[in-house]
Amino acid sequence: MTPNGYPAPPSIDWLMTMPALLVAGVGIVALMVEMFWPRRSNSAIIFLSLIGLAVAGYFTAIQFGMPDGETFARMIVRDRLGLVLQLLLIGIAFISILFSEGYLREKRIPFGEFYPLLLWATSGGMVMIATKSLLIQFIGLEILSIALYVMAGMSRNEAKSEESAIKYFLLGAFASSFFLYGIAFVYGATGGLHLDLIAEAWKADDPSMRNLLLFGFGLILIGLSFKSAFVPFHQWTPDVYQGAPTNVTAFMAAGSKVAAIGALFRVLEASGVMQEFWMPALFWIAIFTMTLGNLVACTQRDVKRTLGYSSIANAGYLLVALLAHFKSPDKVGLQATIFYLVAYSLMTLGAFAVVSLAAKGGKEGTRFHDLAGLYRRAPVAAGLLVVFVASLIGIPPTAGFFGKYFIFLDALQADLAPLAIVLAVNSAISIYYYLGIVRAAFVAEDSPVRPAMSGPVTFGNSLATAICAVGVLGISFVTAPVFEFLAGR
Amino acid sequence: MDTNLIVFLAMALVAAVAAVGVVAMNNPVRSALCLVVNFFVLAFVYFSLRAELMGISQILVYTGAIMVLFLFVIMLLNLGGRGGTLEERPDVKPGIGVGLGIALFALIAFQVLFPLQASATPRAPDDYGLPQTVGRNLFTTYVLPFELASVLLLVGIVGAILLAKRKM
Repeated sequence: MTPNGYPAPPSIDWLMTMPALLVAGVGIVALMVEMFWPRRSNSAIIFLSLIGLAVAGYFTAIQFGMPDGETFARMIVRDRLGLVLQLLLIGIAFISILFSEGYLREKRIPFGEFYPLLLWATSGGMVMIATKSLLIQFIGLEILSIALYVMAGMSRNEAKSEESAIKYFLLGAFASSFFLYGIAFVYGATGGLHLDLIAEAWKADDPSMRNLLLFGFGLILIGLSFKSAFVPFHQWTPDVYQGAPTNVTAFMAAGSKVAAIGALFRVLEASGVMQEFWMPALFWIAIFTMTLGNLVACTQRDVKRTLGYSSIANAGYLLVALLAHFKSPDKVGLQATIFYLVAYSLMTLGAFAVVSLAAKGGKEGTRFHDLAGLYRRAPVAAGLLVVFVASLIGIPPTAGFFGKYFIFLDALQADLAPLAIVLAVNSAISIYYYLGIVRAAFVAEDSPVRPAMSGPVTFGNSLATAICAVGVLGISFVTAPVFEFLAGR
Repeated sequence: MDTNLIVFLAMALVAAVAAVGVVAMNNPVRSALCLVVNFFVLAFVYFSLRAELMGISQILVYTGAIMVLFLFVIMLLNLGGRGGTLEERPDVKPGIGVGLGIALFALIAFQVLFPLQASATPRAPDDYGLPQTVGRNLFTTYVLPFELASVLLLVGIVGAILLAKRKM
């Protein structure tokens, strides 16, 4: 407080907020480039965006090893988890941009505004992770979501894309209102928006306040479960993933999931005092999410829908990792969760990048038979698809295998054997539909009359898939150092 | 029953009835007008809580700007005229929705509201809701969310333009 009774300006450590603000700022500059030189090629915008992301990544990376802390009146937090996930989000945006331009050109929707929107969505996700304030989490969630609603509906000439945007928007707004309603209840109980206040308010041991907290916490959980696509809040996922342009789907599957899981971690960590209430609920949600995601995926005939259900199942695996950590935080660290998030992002982005090759001349076929003959038209891409699918199944020596293996071990260590078993069984089920994708790419075209669609393999797409493939294969050789790094040793 | 409660209940009743009207009316223009009433009464609730700035913003922004926009959209889509009423097919979904809504309300009432009434009433500080206080807080403690909200608005504007662009 200053002498006149007003709050003092917050002391600001600019470095902590730099990455997210930088990404948002580069989005604004990119928009101006688009404004002053419209209808040209988007190369300048893409170049600028990639440079901006790289610089933001640099400013995130140099913060490792600096002391943890909070700034901006405790609105932004710096810790190892936040930094790693922010870096991951930057990487996801980078790879998405790499293969976007070729795809959008083939799709005849090469709007320059796409790149600023993607950058803002990234910055929204980054602030969601790098905060313990519910207010900032909500604004970050909205920045991320609204940009995604627009990008999902970007292909205006396709009814599918519009349907996807409308569905995502209506259901997302509904989920956001749950989240906001929950924040209001928590504010009522704690008198503040910082997550640390939850534990304090809980310890005051006032039964009516506890009711208020529990109720608000439940509503917040619903909002974040929607974003993470947990069953039963998953219904939007397959439709939206199928209808949205493939590059947007890729960013949605990877980036949105990372942000949601990061935010979920913050909320669960702060609500550890209420664990006896939420642990059983999330236990069953994890089981249903894994099982339903995998079972329904087996019945799908569309690659993007299949990957959509696969992302639901993967959300379940991630939830198992989180629960194992919270069940016995002393024995089980967060390394498995972060490792699997990285692995999942790389393999999903890679798979979608290959699937995005199906677009040609304004049309796009994403059903299984549209992939037929991919091995002949784009042998390298088809080969890399095998790598990504192998990783999604969990075949060694891919990142997916190690990720699932570590989650399995963690679940056993934390006395969550039922979850470990369900996870193992589900991995076995998932082999069926993942192999279906590979098989579709490696059969010959079924009819010469209907030419299979396949756009040219652009440099950006090759680079994106190569980065993902190197990541998926390479990370499994350095798991020990990666784990030590994640644990902060 | 003290006067405060009576005034509040009267306003709450009008707001609730208007809110039901928004959903229940078949004509979109009537729905929009019900929404105006709801926003207005809500602003009065804010006034009664000594949140004057909130109340004025509510009237200016929601009743003034947003409702005009709603009416414009209704007019441009020509939903207001004859035959433009929203017809819904008979379906079980509204019934289920009403049921779930009542269940949620009951849950809030029994789990949260009744226990809360028993506990101490929280009091706001004296300068609560004054424009000076709100302004000072917005530009000191809450400066980051304030600026992030402007990014959010920018996303909305650019998004609207992008969606309006059909062709290159």
